[in-house]
Order: sequence, then C-alpha cells, then structure tokens
Amino acid sequence: MHILYLIFVDPFMQMVHSPDLLMQTLWDGLVGGVLYALIALGFVLIFKASGVFNFAQGIMVVFAALTLVGLHEHGVPAFVALGLTVLVMLVLAFAVERLMLRPLVNQSEIILFMATFGLTYFLVGFGQLVFGGSPKVMITQDLYLPSGALEWKGNFGFVSFQKIDIAAVIIASIMVAVLAVFFQRTRIGRALRAVADSHQAALSVGISLEQIWVIVWFAAGVVALTTGIMWGARSEVSFSLQIIALKALPVLILGGFTSIPGAIVGGLIIGIGEKLGEFYWGPLLGGGIENWLAYVIALGFLVFRPQGLFGEKIIERI
Amino acid sequence: MRAPAANETALGESLLAVEDVSLSFGGVRALTGVSFDIRKGEIRAIIGPNGAGKTSMLNVVNGFYQPQAGRISFKGMVRKSMRPYAAAQGGIARTFQNLALFRGMTTLDNILAGRTLKMHRGFFWQLLRYGPALREEVEHRRRVEEIIDFLEIAAIRKVQVGRLPYGLQKRVELGRALAMEPDLLLLDEPMAGMNLEEKEDMSRFIIDVNQQYGTTIALIEHDMGVVMDLSDRVVVLDYGRKIADGTPDEVKRDKDVIRAYLGETH
Repeated sequence: MHILYLIFVDPFMQMVHSPDLLMQTLWDGLVGGVLYALIALGFVLIFKASGVFNFAQGIMVVFAALTLVGLHEHGVPAFVALGLTVLVMLVLAFAVERLMLRPLVNQSEIILFMATFGLTYFLVGFGQLVFGGSPKVMITQDLYLPSGALEWKGNFGFVSFQKIDIAAVIIASIMVAVLAVFFQRTRIGRALRAVADSHQAALSVGISLEQIWVIVWFAAGVVALTTGIMWGARSEVSFSLQIIALKALPVLILGGFTSIPGAIVGGLIIGIGEKLGEFYWGPLLGGGIENWLAYVIALGFLVFRPQGLFGEKIIERI
Repeated sequence: MRAPAANETALGESLLAVEDVSLSFGGVRALTGVSFDIRKGEIRAIIGPNGAGKTSMLNVVNGFYQPQAGRISFKGMVRKSMRPYAAAQGGIARTFQNLALFRGMTTLDNILAGRTLKMHRGFFWQLLRYGPALREEVEHRRRVEEIIDFLEIAAIRKVQVGRLPYGLQKRVELGRALAMEPDLLLLDEPMAGMNLEEKEDMSRFIIDVNQQYGTTIALIEHDMGVVMDLSDRVVVLDYGRKIADGTPDEVKRDKDVIRAYLGETH
C-alpha cells in the first residue's frame, strides 16, 4: 500500500504544498523541451521534403556551433563569424545535394539513411581536423546573449529563471513561427509541401527537386546552428553534444515525423515529462530516470499510436 | 484569341514532334521508332491496348523518361530528350493516370502550386506579404479562382484533396495543370474510372479548354466513344510501335487497328 501512496498520492501532495518547486521544475522542463523541439524540427524539415531520416542532424548541431566558436577563436568578430557560419551551412547544403542526394536519387530510403551515417562520420572527422577535439566555450557574451538569472518571488516561495533560457525560448519561438509562415505562405514553402506529397507531380509543375533539397538542408542547418548556440551556452560545445540528437527520436515518435507542430508539442511533452518524472518520481527508483524516461514514453506511443500525435494516419493495404 | 477555327486545325503548324523515338528498360522495349507530331490547337489522342507504350510516350514528352534514340522537337527546338523542369518551363503541363496530387494540401493550394513557375517575387517579401509580392499573390489568386469557377469546384476549394472523391480529384489535377497556362496539355486517361456523368463533364472541360484558351491537348483514353468525339487526330500504338495515324474515321477503319484491338480474325 505504501508504494501506491508514494506513486499516486505523495508526488501530487508535494506539488500542491510547494508550488514554487513545481513551477521551477515545469520551467526547466519547458526550456529542455523547447531545445528538444528545435532538434526535432531539423529532422522534420528534412524528413518532410525528402523522406530521409537525417542521422547527421546531431553532428550538424555540433559542427555549426564549432564553426562559430572556432572562427571567433581565430579573431573573427562574433557577428561576422555568425554570418560566415550560416554561409558554411549553405555550402554544406549544396554539397549534400550535389554529392550525396543527387547520385542516390530514386534509391530506397534505407540507403539514403545509411548515407547520412556516412555524412555523420565525415563531419565528425572533418570537424576534429579543423577545430580539434577539445570542448569549447560558446561565445555567449560576444553574441549579446544574456546571462545570470531572473528571480521571481511570490508569496509561496521563489522561482529562478536563467536569462539564457528565456532567450532560448524566445528565439526558438520566433524560429518556429517564421518557419510555419514560410511553409504556409511562400512559393517555396508551398513547393516544399508539394515535394513531400508527390515527387512526380512536383516535377510536372516545374518544381526543381534539387533546389528544394538545398533549401531544406540549409534550413535544417540554420536550425542546427541555433540549437548549437543554445545548447552550447547551457553546457559546452563538444562532440558529445551530438548525443542530444538521440533525444529527438522520442520527440519525433511522439509528434510524428512529418509535423512541425508535432515536433514542438512532442518536445514539450518529453522535456516537461522527464523533469517532472525525475523530480517527483525519480527518488522512488533511486534517481536518474531522466535519461531513459523519454524512451519509455516513446515506447508507449509506438505500441498504441505509432503514427504519433500529429503524424499522418497510416493506412496499409492488405 | 489564338484558338484556330475547327476547320483549320488540321492545317496548324507543328507544336511538338517526336521522331524515331525508342525507349527500353533493360531488355524490355517500351517504344520502338515512334514518330508523330502534335499541331498547334488540335486535340490529339493516343490510343492503343494496355501496355502499348502510351504512358511511356507521355513520359518521354514531358521528360520523365529519357529515350535511348530519337529526337523531340518542341516549339522549333530540337533535342534528344526533355527534362521535366525544361518541359514545365516550356509550357508542357500534364495529368497522371493514377492521380499525382498534393494530397495533404487544399484544392486551392494544389492549383496555386501549378503557378510555381509564374511566381517571381523574392520569398522574403512573400513572407511579409507586402508590396509587389502582395500584388503578385493577389493576381495569382485571381487566376486560380477563374480556374476554380471554370471547373465548377468552388465548393471544395478549402478541402484537403486527399479527402475528395475520385472524380473531383481528377478535376483538381486538371485545374493544377491549367494553372500553368500551358501551351501543350498532356492528359493521361482523364476519364478512367469515371461514371457517364463525370465523363460528360470532363469532355466538356477538355473541349472548352481547347476552344476558349486555344490550348493544344494530347490525351490518352480508352473510351473509344470519347476519343472519336473529342479528337482531331488519333495515333495508335501497339507493342511500342505506331500502327496507325489519322483522323478518327480513318483510324476506325484501319485493319491493323482492328486487329490490335480485336485480335487476329480467323
């Protein structure tokens, strides 16, 4: 009986008794969730338009952040370095289209997927060759990103918000909004959705697949750069950062591989879910459940709703 | 407008000509030395039994397939093969036998996608929906609304096309092709799987497109009644070879055609 009490009653009692801790946990979860959503967004962009699950998204985050910091280390002013990094991501997009996607056109998805593994290893090696393997510190201050914390005192306690987290949430929200409008309103956005639905029809109305692929890989590169700056500011810029890309997997399973709102909602659910789980239920299992809770949630979804919250319904012909 | 009167269509100059086109996939010969032309302003039918190479022929014309031999001349330009992008840019639009629509998008967006090549404003302005981009968008929407009125699909303009019944999807696909304001419209079995009423509607649309806009049309169709009524000239393929070419009446009487359709007489 006691164990049931610990699972079903006690955590909620704690939430009610100390709302400040609950708010703090929710906020931490929200920030984590927004950053997961950003990574997942990079995946969704590429998956939507080319059907490729881009295993290299994680290393693209690291590579973008390393390029930015590395350029700055060589004396390039921060904002010039930022611009140059965007340029590097554009070059990368062209190279991927020209050297990887075009020769593999009409190949099955698993082959394209494997090719993104190759891209991952290339970027790891190339990144280490150029920037070295040691961790770097994100140039937060040079980019005028705020540091320190805002504290908010209510009559029930106090909650602290890291300013960099607030900035991350705002920037991520702007990015998502711009991407959503881009998809909805512009000719290229419409073409992107068109390519996702039917290559053949897209070709027949004069949409150039090559151009679309460059654009989505570039957009994913910019998203990766943003993610890299934000994650880098919270920890450090190192190759181990690419592991966070694995966290995008449960987010995508939750949200559906083709849905931008899905990536956002999925990211938030995973982010908030794992923080709440860790804080309130973690002690029951000796802590550390944050590391695997997301995958358990994803497993549950795979069993009961494999297309995710917002994914297209899968209709199989029998 | 550009539409020539019915009696002079047969005299119109050639818009597209394929010469000696051969296409094979591995050991399978889909087309062997096929030549024919499509004249400005006419409705040209391509018929033949299943597997005769009709769809392959359309795919060669709009650049989905690159033939191993032969030449294609379009608007006076002679080339070995087309590219889909160049074909679309040059004014060739098409519909597909098994429908190729953007299923997740609305009718309106599907037809607007047909105007991709006509939109020129930078995406930044489109993003803001401001100035010239706004005027351009309004102009495109106006043209799309005309097409929607013309095809009588106003009621479904905001519906996702994946949810529409088959007959309407066919219409949306035609609308998307028309949005490109093509000079040559390729229709791959526009009436397949339709009931009589839908077929009559579609026939009316095809004739109207041809006469009002002067669009040249090449169509593949199995319903012989429709083919004979609609088309100015008919080319007949069988096993990847051209076996007849002429007016509907000439083709109907052709011995090879009768043999291809009904089998050998004993």
